[in-house]
Amino acid sequence: MKLFSSTTGWSALLLLALAFPYLAGNDYHLTVMSTAYIYAIATLGLNLITGYTGQYNLAHSGFMAVGAYTVGILTVDHGMSFWGAFALSGFVAAGIGFFVGLVSLRLKTHFFSIFTLCVGYIMYLLIEKWESLTHGTVGIVGIPAPEPIGPFDFSEPRAQYYLVLFFLVASVWIMHRIVRSLLGRTFVAIRNGDDLAQALGINLMRNKLLSFMLSVFFSGLAGGLYAGAVRFLGPGVASVEHTFDMTMYMLVGGIGTLLGPLLGAIAVPWLTQYLQVLQEFRFVVFGPVLVLLVIFLPHGIVGTWMNRRRRKAPQASPAAAPAQPPVAATQEGATHA
Amino acid sequence: MELFLQQVLNGLTLGGVYSLVALGLTLVYGILHVPNFAHGAFYMAGAYSAFFIINKLGLNYWWGMLGAAVTVALISVLSERLVFHPLRKAPYLHHMIASIGILLFLEAGAQAIWGADFHRMETPYTQILSFGGLTLPAQRLLIIAAAFVLVVLLQLFLKKTVTGATIVAMAQNREGAALVGIDATRVAMLTFAIAGALAGMAAVLYAPINLVYTSMGHLVITKAFVIIVLGGMGSVPGAIAGGLIIGFAEAFGAFYISTDYKDIIAFALLVLILSVRPQGLFARGAH
Repeated sequence: MKLFSSTTGWSALLLLALAFPYLAGNDYHLTVMSTAYIYAIATLGLNLITGYTGQYNLAHSGFMAVGAYTVGILTVDHGMSFWGAFALSGFVAAGIGFFVGLVSLRLKTHFFSIFTLCVGYIMYLLIEKWESLTHGTVGIVGIPAPEPIGPFDFSEPRAQYYLVLFFLVASVWIMHRIVRSLLGRTFVAIRNGDDLAQALGINLMRNKLLSFMLSVFFSGLAGGLYAGAVRFLGPGVASVEHTFDMTMYMLVGGIGTLLGPLLGAIAVPWLTQYLQVLQEFRFVVFGPVLVLLVIFLPHGIVGTWMNRRRRKAPQASPAAAPAQPPVAATQEGATHA
Repeated sequence: MELFLQQVLNGLTLGGVYSLVALGLTLVYGILHVPNFAHGAFYMAGAYSAFFIINKLGLNYWWGMLGAAVTVALISVLSERLVFHPLRKAPYLHHMIASIGILLFLEAGAQAIWGADFHRMETPYTQILSFGGLTLPAQRLLIIAAAFVLVVLLQLFLKKTVTGATIVAMAQNREGAALVGIDATRVAMLTFAIAGALAGMAAVLYAPINLVYTSMGHLVITKAFVIIVLGGMGSVPGAIAGGLIIGFAEAFGAFYISTDYKDIIAFALLVLILSVRPQGLFARGAH
């Protein structure tokens, strides 16, 4: 993990991302990449609550829709500027997340997941039926592009790409700060065992709620960006399939790692791009892939690689400095029911 | 008064279907201790296999139902063998994600074979019966009767036969059951087969008054989850009672509150009840 935990690895990735518009053949590739980045931000959020804190939230795409509709409704129906509405998107999601979390986090393991699945459905159905607020199935059309800042005109794909990239980098950096802090370690302690964490004096509810709100904040922010990039919204944004998509990104890359979800969220959409035939039936392939991953490679690409490095490190240099404490995805602590 | 009774009948119809799906889910929960998200896809697969048998092979409705029960039981057992069995020692999250994988695979598979269109399933029972001021389509009567018969049969099987008792024993205590010589693998396969067959039959019963489409399982399975959470995970009487509660709540909600929001009622009920009682309506001890 030397390469990617070090600054050089991350800077190389950043350089690659910065150079991408000049390497990409056309605007279509830029749009695909921007969309992948937006979902990557949301996936980072899901990874915080699921990968690090161990609570699988199935309403995650619902919160993304909350962020997206915040921007859509405020700009189209209330004439607000994109930036003003966008600034609110994450906070609206986190605000709703506070109340949802307050009730749902009293439940443990799959009861939490079932509860959030229902919350996600309520969100979806509300968006579909509450026509006076959300325009129902017609959706919100004509969302304005982000207003230009100085020389940057965000209706143009390249500027749009850099805008999304900026927020992705900021998200990764903030997420890095969170998981390496005492707070991040607290979340991991909760994942590894509620009782154990409580015995350490961790306030379960407060920390779970904080993790949940942070997680849906990222989701709402991604939703806001999505509204500005796609500029059309329908109730489909909230559908639980998007949460399943993000779960796959997270699992392919490595659940409970920082790089994993990022890698998955970028690699999987490109894979589907190249297997055009698969677009509609992608789950005929990805469904079994998900199952095989969970059975044979539960830590994903990055997680498995990290574990290997960690096992090999002491053999290679016995006198080396102690390895970094693992942030990896070992969930041995979690038990049945 | 007639309108009220009409809603009671609608509630029984919905409740019957929901109970059948929830029963399978709750039985599997007893064995796996993990919610099987793929159960809704099993339901969908049942409707499609009956649709295939009736429309393409030209056999009658009852053959369709039998075919659906057998096909879905097979799919269900296969998924236990290939997916859930290898994962039995894994954390709960892995079970859940794997079951979502099965769900996505089955739905995409059905869409690849039959397309995204809505299909109508024919039923021989199209008469409308009327008693006094009550009108009752024969298919709805069939749903109520069949659900009742299936529930009674299942109860007799679980209570009166040794094989049924092994399922109950295993749900109560896995190690204890193994100690008295119950073959866990056999019981798990049997339970999955029963659960699958119930879901398949429920789909064939309900499909003629609904439609056949790839996402038809979504709402049903989510409601079945609501039902077994309310009724207590793994509890058979809880699943039946919960199914009827949700069925009635929806029928009356659609009539007295709003048709648009009838699907939200079940979920709102769950949110409301779990906010007050995190352990569910009938369960003892916390989740």
